[in-house]
Amino acid sequence: MSLTQAVFILLGAMAVLGALGMVTLRNLFHSALAMILALFSIAGVYVLLEAEFLAVVQVLVCVGAIAMLILFGIMLTRDIVGRATPVRNRQWPLALAVSAGLLAVLAIGLVRAVWTQAAGAAPAGVADLGLALVGPYALPFEVASVLLLVAMVGALIIAREARE
Amino acid sequence: MIPLTWYLVLSAVLFCIGLYGVLARRNAIAILMGAELMLNSANINLAAFERYLAAGSLAGQVFVIFNVAVAAAEAAVGLALILAIYRSRDTVSVEEVDLLKG
Amino acid sequence: MESLFKLTWLIPVFPLLAFGAIVLYVRRWKRVASWLAVAAIAVSFVLSQIVFWVAVGTPHLGEHPFEELVRWLPTGHSAFEMGVMVDPLTAVMLFMVPLLCTLIFIYALGYMEGDPRYARFFAYVSLFATGMLGLVVANNLLMLFIFWEIMGLCSYLLIGFWFEKPSAMRAGLKAFLTTRVGDAFFLLGLLYLYSQTGTLAFREVLSEETLQHLANLSVTLPVFGTVPVATVIALLIFGGTVGKSAQFPLHVWLPDAMEGPTPVSALIHAATMVSAGVYLVVRMFPLFHAVPHGTAPEVVATIGAFTALFACTIAVAQNDIKRVLAYSTISQLGYMIMALGLGAYVAGAFHLITHAFFKALLFLGSGSVIVGAHHEQDMMEMGGLRGRMKITFWTYIAGTLALAGIPPFAGFWSKDEILADAFNHGHYLAWAVGSLAAFLTAFYMGRQIFLVFFGHPRSHHAEHAKESPRTMTYPLLVLAAFAALLGFVGVPEDFPILGHLLGNPFHRFVGHEYAATPVNPLVMGLSILLACAGLGVGYLIYGRKPLEEGQPDPLTRLGVVYVVLKNKYGIDELYQATFVWLTIRLADLFALFDREVIDRIVNAVARGTAIVSDGLFRFVDAPVIDGLVNLVGRAGAWLADLWGRFDLRVVDGIVNGVGAAAQTFGRWFRQVQTGRVQNYILLASVNVVVILAIMYLVL
Repeated sequence: MSLTQAVFILLGAMAVLGALGMVTLRNLFHSALAMILALFSIAGVYVLLEAEFLAVVQVLVCVGAIAMLILFGIMLTRDIVGRATPVRNRQWPLALAVSAGLLAVLAIGLVRAVWTQAAGAAPAGVADLGLALVGPYALPFEVASVLLLVAMVGALIIAREARE
Repeated sequence: MIPLTWYLVLSAVLFCIGLYGVLARRNAIAILMGAELMLNSANINLAAFERYLAAGSLAGQVFVIFNVAVAAAEAAVGLALILAIYRSRDTVSVEEVDLLKG
Repeated sequence: MESLFKLTWLIPVFPLLAFGAIVLYVRRWKRVASWLAVAAIAVSFVLSQIVFWVAVGTPHLGEHPFEELVRWLPTGHSAFEMGVMVDPLTAVMLFMVPLLCTLIFIYALGYMEGDPRYARFFAYVSLFATGMLGLVVANNLLMLFIFWEIMGLCSYLLIGFWFEKPSAMRAGLKAFLTTRVGDAFFLLGLLYLYSQTGTLAFREVLSEETLQHLANLSVTLPVFGTVPVATVIALLIFGGTVGKSAQFPLHVWLPDAMEGPTPVSALIHAATMVSAGVYLVVRMFPLFHAVPHGTAPEVVATIGAFTALFACTIAVAQNDIKRVLAYSTISQLGYMIMALGLGAYVAGAFHLITHAFFKALLFLGSGSVIVGAHHEQDMMEMGGLRGRMKITFWTYIAGTLALAGIPPFAGFWSKDEILADAFNHGHYLAWAVGSLAAFLTAFYMGRQIFLVFFGHPRSHHAEHAKESPRTMTYPLLVLAAFAALLGFVGVPEDFPILGHLLGNPFHRFVGHEYAATPVNPLVMGLSILLACAGLGVGYLIYGRKPLEEGQPDPLTRLGVVYVVLKNKYGIDELYQATFVWLTIRLADLFALFDREVIDRIVNAVARGTAIVSDGLFRFVDAPVIDGLVNLVGRAGAWLADLWGRFDLRVVDGIVNGVGAAAQTFGRWFRQVQTGRVQNYILLASVNVVVILAIMYLVL
């Protein structure tokens, strides 16, 4: 096993652990922190995939923004009284079965599949990404910015304090 | 050399865990977190495919960037909705929000 | 510059638009209607002037006329071609027609004042203007015929404009029917021409090869023997001219047409519509002369000459101021047609143009007199108007001198050219007839002048006559100027000094391919002499000792001759006794047949049907059919009862059962709708897993 493989297994394990923690921990705050661990690990996976920019984006956006946002959300909707609400809902066995089933099907399918690997070309750098975003992918870029604008405005309006 | 399949399997595992989170948790924010995990697993897939099957094309990485943007937008709006529901119903448990019943 | 010819098609359009606008929208506002009509014709006038002057400046317009075509209704191998053409003849017509129309429209603004159907008048004359203008710019005979008919319709409408007067209605009908006879021949000619050549476009019909072909082809007719096709076609087409231009024997409608308002008489029956007939002959001139020494030109010239003299003689004995002018028109048209028959293309065309101007002037002048004398039209009741209506008087003098043929007025040049042409080519009989007619023309015009304007007023109306309003006198002045000066465009080149100076632009423009008529001093001198003599005799009889009130016309001393002339040789009565009587008798016969025979049959059939139906009712319908119907009814009622019971127990049971089942199933299935999105996602995920499993594991 090479070094990279070992690193991958480590990162993968951290990610899975974090994910499991996210879905099982009772305390929502802890659950969020577990998610942050998982996201960081995924960033590491990106580095292994020679997509450094994506790793940075992952950390900045997913962890730095989304996870923070979720934490804020948790804090704002906390029960002061601290009722003991169950973690899992009534359909959790079925959900578990479905997830497990899906995992089984996917895994079998993926392992069986034969991927024709292309000849390794030079992996892209940030400059190339930048040029791609304003070149061939200029339209989705613009659309995405509109989407973000709309989301911002929408979120503001929805979450506004009711006027007295 | 890490085989492509490892990445894909990792992505599948994370996806299914996220799916379980969406299906089985009561708290709305927890469901949102599960959805985030599903989006990120898809990103891993995209980056892996690009690296292994079409190294120079950049399409995968660009797609990842857009996906992240979309995830961010979705998280923002979703949390806003949860806050609004929390304010009007004083709950974040989705089991108590069954207005679609019938 | 030549691209301005593209404006040509617009020329007939504006009056048409005015007609449409007035008829649809503006009938109620008289001022708007009349000004709209005047504006429209004025626009056409401007456009026509543009086209005319561009045409004058275009060399070789005769050989290469401007044409613009539109093909429509492509039927099989031949498409229907409509278009406009501008050649020198069209150009001079375009100079004359819209100018006269505009002046007469303006004149009518004053003349028709107070008429309850003022707006409708302008609608009709606008449509008429469209007809004439369309006819002039047409590039094929069919289009010409269509506009010809439009003018015929408008003539009928306008002659009978004051339809409360039965005489006006009769006159309108007479005009329409008489010209119809001519038009029937015209149409036959067109059809025959089309069948022989497959085309009606001037460009093609009047080409060398077509004319040769038609001249060489012969057809055998029952009475006339073997005749060249060209002659037959030409004479059939000439039939239209005989009708439209009031030549003998179809001249009877024109004098009666004076029942219409005077602007109508001036426009239609002096300047434009009647000249359309002459225009047709001018246009088809090559066809008429296609056969060397052919019969067609002979017939044409004969009819023309005869009519010229014939009408003159009648004019001498008429007392209605407009009737004199009507017969004068017939006579002058005869001159033109005689000229064309004799081969004097340019002379005929020239006289057409000049005559339109001074005849319109005379008619408008007569209208002014009539209005001034409070609608008195009998010349015997006039007199002494010279002092009371000065402008009318002097312009009328100008018109008279032009018509009589006194130099340097317009009519002299054109008439003299005709006579000189006749003489020079050896047609002495025609020349003699023409000269005699010229003498008589001068005489009856002199008679008219002295009766109307000189002496003492012979009636209350004449005594209190006053000059007409400006809208009526201004056109008179304009036309008088033309009557005086227009002739100079046609002064023959060998005329001393003047001819050389002016160079006969008319001849050069319109007919330079035809030889110019040399000046014949003998003929010219004689013409002048005869004209002066005619006026002189008029003076002697009517001027020296002007007639007093109630005094009879000195001409009555001619006795029988006078009576015959006054009654127009009795031709109207002849037609009435023959054709009209015949038609009415035939109609009566058919009516009789219809009443006795056909109606009897119809009534018998009706009665038979009634009997049959009564029998059927009594013996078949009541006992048999009603019995059957009642039986069926009772059976139906019993079946319905049976069915009803079945329906109640079985069908209702099923329906209720289905309802109950639906309720039960609904209760079961409703449990899926928890209202919780998580449950829904769960179900969706189950589906996805199943599908993927099938895809990956089974397939």
